[in-house]
Amino acid sequence: MTADELVDVEIRLLLEGLQQVYGYDFRDYADASIKRRLTQWLAESPFETFSQAQSRLLREPELFVSLLQGITVNVTDMFRDPSFFRTLREQVIPFLKTYPFVKIWHAGCASGEEAYSMAILLNEEGMAGRYRMYATDIDEAVLAKAAQGVMPITEMQRYTRNYQKSGGTASFADYYTARYDRAILAANLKKDIVFAPHNLVADAEFGEMNMVLCRNVMIYFKPALKERCLRLFDNSLLPGGFLCLGLKETLERRKMGDHYDELVPGSRIYRKRYG
Amino acid sequence: MAKFRAVVIGVSSGGVQALKLLLGELPADFPLPVLIVQHISPDAGNGMAKLLNNLCAIHVKEADEQEPVVPATVYLAPPNYHLLVERDGFLSLSADPPVSFARPSVDVLFESAAAVFGEGLIGVILTGANYDGSRGVQAIKQNGGIVVVQDPDDAETPQMPLAALAATEADHVVALADMAALLQSLAGGGAARRGRSTTSHA
Ligand SMILES: C[S@@+](CC[C@H](N)C(=O)[O-])C[C@H]1O[C@@H](n2cnc3c(N)ncnc32)[C@H](O)[C@@H]1O
Repeated sequence: MTADELVDVEIRLLLEGLQQVYGYDFRDYADASIKRRLTQWLAESPFETFSQAQSRLLREPELFVSLLQGITVNVTDMFRDPSFFRTLREQVIPFLKTYPFVKIWHAGCASGEEAYSMAILLNEEGMAGRYRMYATDIDEAVLAKAAQGVMPITEMQRYTRNYQKSGGTASFADYYTARYDRAILAANLKKDIVFAPHNLVADAEFGEMNMVLCRNVMIYFKPALKERCLRLFDNSLLPGGFLCLGLKETLERRKMGDHYDELVPGSRIYRKRYG
Repeated sequence: MAKFRAVVIGVSSGGVQALKLLLGELPADFPLPVLIVQHISPDAGNGMAKLLNNLCAIHVKEADEQEPVVPATVYLAPPNYHLLVERDGFLSLSADPPVSFARPSVDVLFESAAAVFGEGLIGVILTGANYDGSRGVQAIKQNGGIVVVQDPDDAETPQMPLAALAATEADHVVALADMAALLQSLAGGGAARRGRSTTSHA
């Protein structure tokens, strides 16, 4: 057995242990990425091997939390993939506007940038006060950050560009207040977003959603877990509702793909069929 | 005697020309899959794969998530995503932060491919202006694979080949013009010598 294969064995044992002790189950995450992340955590830890770390990880919840941080990489952006938000604005919002009130679920929302971008979009399109968003993530630390709605000011230039590329025409600077090196988002963007913990591996669906966004989360999952998530989303969505995936994720080759139509080819925005 | 199962290639600045030349010389039935990380702008789209596919006999495509890796196919990492190989031989993508400022990163592809293919892997470093790939070639050697580096004197930008050569002992250092022939003879399990072969690089 090579040194590398031995590491694979140690990782399998560790993930099994974490599941039994803490209930967090990462066994159905795609191997290559989780191995990279765990290996990075190990390199920054005082331990030589996963076997060595395991004994303390299973006994010390604080140490486990640090590992959890390493596993849940929360990379996100405001108006990430501007073309996606442009399609939302031009092709999806007109449908949503026909409802008196809409409910939207952001699954794997990380620090909230995607939900806040959506709030900007909905407000600009005249839907202020007519929506509620549920923004969920497995990582409670990142949710606490999301609820604050505070971002590094250094990101604002990039976000402004993304916003403009997505078809935004207002002044992006009106959406935040600069305080030292931080940008504090406007209160009216936060008030209709509920941030809550939710684990896609284990938890149940949210009912009667008009739209579910789960972008750049399932790419880290093995096929069986992807199918589970998609069932969850399908059960949550009303007929005629929208499912939005990351730009490199598709419903092709997926069981429930037959019940959905892609709105614009390549947009990864899928509409659930009626009946 | 190594029986190779895959080729991975890392390339940065000067990559378009280099890939046109190298892939242009590979036959449509090249017996191995070829996985490539080229550093490109995050919003470059998939134009590069289309361009190369039109120019080359071998089938070139942008890698999709959870796609099986098959011979006679070239997979390009999509802009803004890391490309990885899973244990079951499928591809996966990741939106993790850039590694050595790069996403996609050569190191990420090479390290994951080294773990899966072991001594069945051929790693190739071409022209580039940074150090990405130097950890990757180490991983390939540690897992028993072989490393081929473009002769720095022959590279449009020599830093990436130089960094790879500094990081590990390459099995072959060749000019770009000789690269396709070398890969073919390695892939065919043919007569290419193991050990450091030098052509123009003395
Ligand atoms: C790369 S971020 C994507 C953020 C955002 N959707 C975007 O596209 O910009 C992935 C997020 O998924 C979360 N995540 C990972 N596993 C999860 C699970 N089992 N349930 C819920 N969220 C999860 C991570 O904590 C992380 O915040």
